[in-house]
Amino acid sequence: MRHKTLSGWLMAMPLTLVLVFFLVLPIIMIVIVSFWRATEFSIIPDFDFENYEFLFGSNVTYRVFLNTFKYAAITWALTLAIGFTIAYFLAFHVRTLTWQIALFLLCTIPFWTSNIIRMISWIPFLGRNGIANSTLISWGVVGEPVDWLLFSDFAVILAFVHLYTLFMVVPIFNTMMRIDKSLIEAARDAGANGAQILWNVIIPLTKPGIMIGTIFVVTLVMGDFITVRFMSGSQSANVGRLISNDIALLAYPSAAATAVVLLLTVLIVIGLMLRFVDIRKEL
Amino acid sequence: MSEPIKDLELVNVTKRYGATVAVDAINHHFKPGTYTCLLGPSGCGKSSTLRMIAGHESISDGSILLGAHDISDLPPAKRGTAMMFQNYALFPHLSVTENVAFSLKMKGVDSKTRRAAANEMLELVDLTELSDRLPDQLSGGQQQRVALARALITRPQVLLLDEPLSALDPFLRIRMRAELRKLQQELGISFLHVTHGQDEALALADEIVVMNNAVIEQAGPAREVFNAPKTEFVARFMGGHNVIALPDGHFAIRSDAVGLTTVEAGKLEASVTAVEYQGTHVSVTARTVGDQDVTALMADSLFFEQPKTPGDRVGLSWDPNDLHALAS
Repeated sequence: MRHKTLSGWLMAMPLTLVLVFFLVLPIIMIVIVSFWRATEFSIIPDFDFENYEFLFGSNVTYRVFLNTFKYAAITWALTLAIGFTIAYFLAFHVRTLTWQIALFLLCTIPFWTSNIIRMISWIPFLGRNGIANSTLISWGVVGEPVDWLLFSDFAVILAFVHLYTLFMVVPIFNTMMRIDKSLIEAARDAGANGAQILWNVIIPLTKPGIMIGTIFVVTLVMGDFITVRFMSGSQSANVGRLISNDIALLAYPSAAATAVVLLLTVLIVIGLMLRFVDIRKEL
Repeated sequence: MSEPIKDLELVNVTKRYGATVAVDAINHHFKPGTYTCLLGPSGCGKSSTLRMIAGHESISDGSILLGAHDISDLPPAKRGTAMMFQNYALFPHLSVTENVAFSLKMKGVDSKTRRAAANEMLELVDLTELSDRLPDQLSGGQQQRVALARALITRPQVLLLDEPLSALDPFLRIRMRAELRKLQQELGISFLHVTHGQDEALALADEIVVMNNAVIEQAGPAREVFNAPKTEFVARFMGGHNVIALPDGHFAIRSDAVGLTTVEAGKLEASVTAVEYQGTHVSVTARTVGDQDVTALMADSLFFEQPKTPGDRVGLSWDPNDLHALAS
């Protein structure tokens, strides 16, 4: 019996060690550093709430957090709408498994290049003299180049949606594929039309997948800083940029404090979402 | 159910999937208010037929009539049929009551009325106490009753059941089939039940329709189909029969109509190959001179008057009236 317990612990050990060293310890480290003090030229180990006082006392923090939530909310709504539609099409309209797999792989092609390259490729497209503007002008839709296409919230959200929609498609598609097709027939047998089937059968049964996709998208958007920097042309800020600016100024304690607050915020958001939908069946 | 019960008729109903013909121009008239079993091996087209009647499968050719109306092109819910699915297809996220009331909700009936109607149906299938449970929390038999209640709440003229008992264990299967039969008699509507089990069909059906290779092999009252199979396939599929090739053609004869006697007195000479004691009966298998296996099922008392053992030479005897000529 003792031997069994021991071997069980041993088998769990590698993963535990990896998680402890690369997840738990760094987080503890960040929490510790967040209480340190920093001056322009030095960092002083301490236990001081100065960083948090400054963070919560500043108007900028609230504006930036609000902006981060705005990005997350809009991106979430758009990726959900697009992702759900794609997954629905793949799961219920594409008849054969071969085509489902083929089209699904097609969705993943953009992932063969890096995030940053995909993001940067928008810049020549959306720029003042970019393809989008010249096309709009040649069609006569607008008289002169549209300015808000690039280096704006529009560009940031466009890039987010482009980067993260697949994270919505995958879990939703996965859940939808598990819905027994005879449930759809049973609903039709009971007189439900297409919209009623969608609302009363498919959406409720897809909720866990929607929730997993939501967690992906929300955490990715809330933790991002590079997309916001590139696509807004450094004109908008989110919490990630706040942290990266602090780091650039070597203000590690302040960056750590912001990171802790962001981490807690994201955890609270996820905690709230999990209260509404039980995703355990999906895992 | 207040309106008179209508009868269902299939006219030249055909189903093609590409080049394969799943159902080949079948014609049948189902009498109103009867329990009919569509019986056949898997892949014979019985499920496709049922699904075409339900409206879940389009008809390649022909038409389906209910009463005087051609329902071939109507959506499932407008046909006057309701279907009970093989795995019940209960909505896992809805309670028993909500499952049963689903079709009323789709029609826009208000919540109070539909709960009342659902409760009435649940009473019919004896499930009132479990109305708040989710399908996962029910046993197979209970799930089946929920599925029944959900199908019946639409007040169908014809209830279509797709292998309703196949998911149950043998003990429960026998109990549920008695309940199905009772329910059909109480409601007085037609039940059309697809199965591959001949015992199930014999136990339940007023009328049995035997299908094979996309066509109807034989249709008629249960006793007639069992007693007087018209084709070799039906005789073999229904079981309990021997198919014997005699000089003037192929014949089916029930195993219990075959007797054993001396070689001189018998109509065919054979040697016993196997003896199986089955409690009330003994099944004796013998191989004839022409290498045909014939089974004689005899009462145990009769057998033990003159027991036989494998290797014994016997004569097979029967009353010529018990022979049924088979279409070749």
